[in-house]
Amino acid sequence: MNSIVCLKQVPDTEAQIRVKPDGSDVVLDGVKFIINPYDEFGIEEALRLKEKAGSGKVTLVCLGPARCVEAIRTGLAMGADDAFHLDDPAFEGGDAIATAKALAEQIKKMQYDIIFCGKQAIDDDQGQVGVALAEFLNLPHACLVTKVEIAPDKKSCTVNRQIVGGEEVIELPLPCVITTQKGLNEPRYASLPGIMKAKKKPLVSVKAADLGLTETGTAAAKTKGVNFSLPPARTAAKLIQGESPEEKAVKLAKVLREEAKVI
Amino acid sequence: MGKGIWVFAEQAEGKVRKVTFEMLSAARKIADAKGEQLCAVCLGKDIAGLADSFAPYGADMVYMVTHDLLAQYTTDGYAKALCDLITKEQPSVILFGATVLGRDLSAKVAARVGAGLASDCVDIKLDGSGNITIRRPMYAGKVYADVIFPNASIIAASMRPNVLVPGAPDASRKAEVVTVTPELSATDIRVKVKEVVKTAAGKVDLTEAERIVSGGRGMKAAENFKMLEELAEVIGATVGASRAAVDAGWRPQSDQVGQTGKVVSPNLYIACGISGSIQHYAGMGTSKVIVAINKDSEAPIFSKCDYGVVDDLFKVVPVFTAELKKMMAE
Ligand SMILES: Cc1cc2nc3c(=O)[nH]c(=O)nc-3n(C[C@H](O)[C@H](O)[C@H](O)COP(=O)(O)OP(=O)(O)OC[C@H]3O[C@@H](n4cnc5c(N)ncnc54)[C@H](O)[C@@H]3O)c2cc1C
Ligand SMILES: Nc1ncnc2c1ncn2[C@@H]1O[C@H](COP(=O)(O)O)[C@@H](O)[C@H]1O
Repeated sequence: MNSIVCLKQVPDTEAQIRVKPDGSDVVLDGVKFIINPYDEFGIEEALRLKEKAGSGKVTLVCLGPARCVEAIRTGLAMGADDAFHLDDPAFEGGDAIATAKALAEQIKKMQYDIIFCGKQAIDDDQGQVGVALAEFLNLPHACLVTKVEIAPDKKSCTVNRQIVGGEEVIELPLPCVITTQKGLNEPRYASLPGIMKAKKKPLVSVKAADLGLTETGTAAAKTKGVNFSLPPARTAAKLIQGESPEEKAVKLAKVLREEAKVI
Repeated sequence: MGKGIWVFAEQAEGKVRKVTFEMLSAARKIADAKGEQLCAVCLGKDIAGLADSFAPYGADMVYMVTHDLLAQYTTDGYAKALCDLITKEQPSVILFGATVLGRDLSAKVAARVGAGLASDCVDIKLDGSGNITIRRPMYAGKVYADVIFPNASIIAASMRPNVLVPGAPDASRKAEVVTVTPELSATDIRVKVKEVVKTAAGKVDLTEAERIVSGGRGMKAAENFKMLEELAEVIGATVGASRAAVDAGWRPQSDQVGQTGKVVSPNLYIACGISGSIQHYAGMGTSKVIVAINKDSEAPIFSKCDYGVVDDLFKVVPVFTAELKKMMAE
């Protein structure tokens, strides 16, 4: 089984995000970066498929600035075999569609049975790249997947995916694109030997020109974020006072009806 | 008349999702300001009965796209039917609900027709020059941004359910209904739906719920969620959970609210035994009224909610439920 995992580097979930005074963008200076949590599910699943098949490769593909090397090395330390890093100022300012187009051009040159993307990247929260990538590669896809079973003939896979009010089991021909959802697996940590080995694994830097792309980044983007702002701060709770928990419970019900008018 | 503003009217088992009406009401204002036609586009099989649902919320025109192969949602089938219609009719704007289906379909359609797409948006309006701008949370709600569409011939967005306020339906409004038979064959659909498992039949999904009662690690055990089920039953709410409660195996993954769970926007969110981590907040921060019941007065949730009870939830919740029951009966 040869798997490709699309990996994005994103700010840590705990990171405080600030906004430029003129609202033109966010400020990410000093922020700690991690592998997008959903992409860790992708790496883990790809590693498991390889281990189960007893052969194959797990290749990471990441688009982003130089700092992404850290996330890529972490992915390699988890056990991925090699990586392509689409690292070129020409990619800057791209949106999900521009990113998916660039990733697609890279992936067209590769051999693979299955591609994993996250359900969404927790920075832009778009949840578009996986589906758009499938479209640009003319492949079927399944979103929000919590279980993957490869058919013995390796020509198709059966996946469970989350839908409203339940779950759907669908069969897709391989190759296909899967977007991962929490519940798929428990990602492993990079081991110390893994971290040592990762330093020597192939990591190829790719430029826009290598992909034959003339329009990338801002020029390829169809959307642009402007007027960045912080959400209105919620103030501290109005605490319900009372002598006993029972009294507070009764008062809470009354407040929700009479003051908040939500009951 | 412009080329038209479309609202993808998501239906499931013959019922239109509420977010459709929310979007029609919001888009009506845009259509009026821009002098464009507002169209609802509904896909499925045996859906003729829904055709009249959309005019009261502002639709001028309704496309009923029906085919046997649309009986069940598949991205391939729906995307082909919808993209073919888009290519033919050339709308300028297409709105989807940011539901599981809507997010999947919108990404597919946008990639195919070359639309610019903004996901999980909370507002749509016109700027001073009459251009559409769409507001959306990013970084798990830590930041908001307006999205503009400089290079897009078609603007697409998925709108978060429960955020836009639907106007009162006007039963006297009428719309032209056009039935469309898409060109679809079985070979267009590459995936095969083998099974649909309903885990929560009859329950309102968290993402659409107007009231949610959530439990966290403070619930201590799976069986204690019975208490929250009872409270939910009384006020017509759906039960959710923190990741701690899900990871403990007390609740299914589909109940998880937060950054790696569902994003919800109910009118009322009651958090019981939940500390209010940044990742949990990411999933419920846009709720209109947030109530926390937690015995630790230092819990972070108290610094960013509306009403708080500092006490033992096992003593508070049963009395709260009983009191609400009395109120509801009045
Ligand atoms: C990448 C990442 C993604 C994550 N995604 C999510 C997510 O999607 N959703 C999510 O929820 N979390 C998520 N988390 C986890 C998050 O950081 C917290 O660990 C989690 O939300 C804590 O859940 P909790 O509030 O139920 O538990 P705790 O933080 O342990 O809080 C339990 C609370 O219960 C109170 N309590 C205990 N007993 C009682 C009692 N008898 N009466 C009243 N109160 C009581 C305690 O005072 C405490 O405040 C994520 C974390 C990471 C790193
Ligand atoms: N810059 C990127 N490089 C590699 N993969 C990406 C990139 N952006 C998004 N992806 C993949 O697409 C998924 C969804 O991202 P998004 O559509 O941006 O929310 C992520 O979880 C990644 O798997």
